[in-house]
Amino acid sequence: MEAITFIQIDPASAVQLFLVGFVGGMVSGFIGSGGAFVLTPAMMTMGAPGIVAVASNMCHKFPKAIVGALKRHEYGQVDWKLGIAMGVFAEVGVYVGKHVMSGIRSAYGDVGTSLYVSMVFIVVLGIVGTFVLRDAWRLYKAEGAGVDVHTHKVTRVARYLQSVEIPGTMVYFASLQARMSIVFIAPLGFATGMLAATIAVGGFIGVPSMIYLLGAPALMASATELVIAFIMGLGGTIFYALDGVVDIRLAMIILAGSLFGIQLGAVGTTYVKDHAVKLVMGLIMVIVLFSRFFYIPGYLAGMGRIDSLDPRTLATLKLLGDGTLVLALAVGGLAILWALVSGMTEHRQRHEELAAVDGIED
Amino acid sequence: MAASRSGSVARAVGYGVASIALYVLLFVYADETVELARRTREGDKILFLVPIVIAFAFSIVHGAFTGHFWAAVGLKPAVKSKKKKK
Repeated sequence: MEAITFIQIDPASAVQLFLVGFVGGMVSGFIGSGGAFVLTPAMMTMGAPGIVAVASNMCHKFPKAIVGALKRHEYGQVDWKLGIAMGVFAEVGVYVGKHVMSGIRSAYGDVGTSLYVSMVFIVVLGIVGTFVLRDAWRLYKAEGAGVDVHTHKVTRVARYLQSVEIPGTMVYFASLQARMSIVFIAPLGFATGMLAATIAVGGFIGVPSMIYLLGAPALMASATELVIAFIMGLGGTIFYALDGVVDIRLAMIILAGSLFGIQLGAVGTTYVKDHAVKLVMGLIMVIVLFSRFFYIPGYLAGMGRIDSLDPRTLATLKLLGDGTLVLALAVGGLAILWALVSGMTEHRQRHEELAAVDGIED
Repeated sequence: MAASRSGSVARAVGYGVASIALYVLLFVYADETVELARRTREGDKILFLVPIVIAFAFSIVHGAFTGHFWAAVGLKPAVKSKKKKK
């Protein structure tokens, strides 16, 4: 197995990592859990092998997740029992996912893990991005028609799964306001953990499955996901740290920016319409997805699967990939800042108008 | 309002200093953290605890700093105004 390589961090790259963390955090805070999907590709773009990027991303996320979970517990949004149940099975998924990653690294080296992570990213972001953009369009139409988009509706699948009684496996979950068999929880938790160990973002499976398959309200699902993220993040970090692939410098610089950004993004959501949040999320996903395409030929050449590429071609492809990712981060960051500033201005004006009317009436 | 804002400023400064101190230490001992990861790979498995402890410490201190920082700046979530019924 080739020696693991940690990237060189000088003041310029530290600033870059801080900014990447800031935008990644802002996206996380704005769209709820799962925003860290921009961080793994960004670390890889800066030269970190896939396995180091995933391990370091998980390491920066898990303490943040428990802080977030405790905060949202204060608002009564966390279903601890469901989070722990999903988290335990997610841990198994993380363990298996980490072994798959280590196996790929043993067989193909760091470039193999980078290719694997990129391929999974492309598939997952393609699927989730399409759903998110479709949701944004539906919300936009519903908001235009004055339809209430916040009322929680339990899907037919969730209602069916809740109705299946498997003796000895039934547990009552407060967020579902129903009993659910652990038999259905197990594969969902496992898949969440498996994805987390592969791209460091398990929320792409965890949150939608809790909403659409188990029947949890969206707000509780995203809060409960933080418990799962903590359990699998801690476990994943331990597994990867035992292999010595967690680059704590990388993780902590990302964390520095991310913690600034996450609070800005979270405040931003209170000033914008729901469809805007989904639109920003979908756009960033699609742009990040395209950025990974440009690296694939380089990885394949590095593994000897295709003829080696001319250095100038490689440099051009890398430039295109880096540029597309920078575009994704810029679009995401600017869209959120614009939404926040215009939302706050509009909010202030409305309050001043109301205060003026109150003043006249008084 | 002003008192709570000045309290946030004081706490932001306090946690800010602690956070900067942690990051200075991280930069000073950056090579040692890379060395610790190498030693973990080579068999000193107990060293896996180091990144976990560092991550928790930074998250608590820097998280508190950023929270108070934004509060001191005056960034607050929107309060949904309810229409008055007459």
